[in-house]
Amino acid sequence: MTSTIRLTRSDRLFHFCIDGALVLILALLIIPIWSTLTLSFRPNDFIGSALDGMFLAPWKWSTAAYRALLGHRSFLSAAGNSFRIFFEGVITALFFTVPLAYALSIKTLPGRKLLYGIVLVPYLFNPGLVPNYLLVTKLGLSNTLAAVFLPGAVSVYNTLIMKSFFEELPEELKESARIDGASELTVLLRIILPLSKPILLTIGLYYGVHFWNDFFNAMLYINDAKLQPLPILLRNILLSSGMNEYVEANAFGEAPIYAIKAASVFLAAIPMLVAYPFIQKYFVKGTMLGSIKG
Amino acid sequence: MSDERTMMEGQSVVLKNQASHTLWRRIMRHKSIYLVASLSFIYFIIFRYVPIWNAQIAFRDFQALSGVVKSPWVGLKNFSDFVHSYYFWELIRNTVLYSVGKMLFSVPAAVFLAVALYECRLYWLRKTVQTMAYLPHFLSWVIMYAILLAILSPSSGILNDIIKAFGGEPISFMTDTKSFPWIVILSDTWKETGWSAIIFLAALMGIDPSLFEAAAVEGASAWQRVRYITLPAIKPVIVVVVLLKLGTVLDAGFNQIFMLYSLPVYSVADIIDTWIYRQGILEFRFGLATAVGLFKGVFGLLLLVVSNRLIKRYTGNGLY
Repeated sequence: MTSTIRLTRSDRLFHFCIDGALVLILALLIIPIWSTLTLSFRPNDFIGSALDGMFLAPWKWSTAAYRALLGHRSFLSAAGNSFRIFFEGVITALFFTVPLAYALSIKTLPGRKLLYGIVLVPYLFNPGLVPNYLLVTKLGLSNTLAAVFLPGAVSVYNTLIMKSFFEELPEELKESARIDGASELTVLLRIILPLSKPILLTIGLYYGVHFWNDFFNAMLYINDAKLQPLPILLRNILLSSGMNEYVEANAFGEAPIYAIKAASVFLAAIPMLVAYPFIQKYFVKGTMLGSIKG
Repeated sequence: MSDERTMMEGQSVVLKNQASHTLWRRIMRHKSIYLVASLSFIYFIIFRYVPIWNAQIAFRDFQALSGVVKSPWVGLKNFSDFVHSYYFWELIRNTVLYSVGKMLFSVPAAVFLAVALYECRLYWLRKTVQTMAYLPHFLSWVIMYAILLAILSPSSGILNDIIKAFGGEPISFMTDTKSFPWIVILSDTWKETGWSAIIFLAALMGIDPSLFEAAAVEGASAWQRVRYITLPAIKPVIVVVVLLKLGTVLDAGFNQIFMLYSLPVYSVADIIDTWIYRQGILEFRFGLATAVGLFKGVFGLLLLVVSNRLIKRYTGNGLY
């Protein structure tokens, strides 16, 4: 911003320090991820320290760990469950969140304050784990995929972000449609939603990431091995010392255990890494909206 | 006199009729909205308010067969059991230490990162750091655990490799009571600093550029610019973020601790939430676990209300 002015020595030192600090931060962010990634590609006959492993030439990498995991039924079934939780969860969450956010955004809606209060109380007061556990098991949701996403299907925070987005849409658009005799529902479906694609995508992905990553609800409510999502399988793989349950016995000899552990994590993170650039485009905007009070 | 009164009453009745008439019309106009929002409303009643009703088992000796309402009433017994137990202070201490410790590291780190990104003039460096710094926020703690193993594991971790290279003995960091709290605090800082920096970066974008021009004209150095313009400009945001974090001081990060801890480090790792999980779900002590959850819920509510008050007083705007 002051680039037209000649830099003094102290300013040059300043920029050197800033850039140096950022390069250092970048290294701190990349090294842990890089060491895990190279760990997952380490061949079985590798000799040397973990540090040597980080600098192993890519043509000496082995994909045995990935092949072992992808060739196994339990990994594929867990991935399938996770995808179902992701899609069914996002659709359910938006189905409940959008009308609520829209209702809260209509300033003239009779009972808006009351509705706001009803939404806010559980946000401020959380009765804790056991009362929720009793509810979900009582509803018969144990051993269903819905138990993973239904208890968290409406986040008050996401609802308020969406509400402030709806409020910022120009009032004239809604007004002109109303004058033409459109009902409020038509206004929502025909005018608001087509204009809200960025926020629907952002909030949808927020929910999706949350459901994809969740291991706690799955651990609480799902005992059936066939219904286990990826995070549970990952956790079991990471905490176990033997691998017999998760990979075919013959794959065992080809990839070291720690490589299989690291590889399982990267496989599970792939959808997240694919979605990340899309989320990044919008989340800064979304977070700023969230900081505006409701 | 009485005539006047009847007249006035009559007028107010007419006004009231008109008001209720328009209210009714307003309700009817929005009827389709009530219809679609009613599903979300029912969701809230079932998934948010039934648990609040269930929380009464904190005052009961819960028996699965009798259910929530029919289990025998024991008053405050569960609460006094908790407050008088030897683990009470340990849990409170660990919970508060982790929350406050994380805040002491992550807030200054986030402010520093935001200022550095704001001052950096190399576009590629700024974008790369931003992308890499926001990313870990989206990784689950299961994945974080694997990354921590790759660094800290005594057999295959790089940190122990360095220790061995210097002739030291490998340390089992994850099961050591001295290093475990640092792992919790630093891994949280690693994961969340980038994400927390967004809000400070947003505040920095709002600074009036004419301030910097004026400073340049006056011959201020870059250091002085940061010291006297940039930092004071985001001070209110820092205060709000700190107050918000104090409002949730009892949430020390269940998913993280649960994923990282193990039996050898329970004494320094156990927080209120992990204890509730073990007692309630694994040991079936529903009444006791609910009482502790309710204790946490009520204190959490008080803290939120107080921090919101302070934020309102400080900025003129509350959160709700």
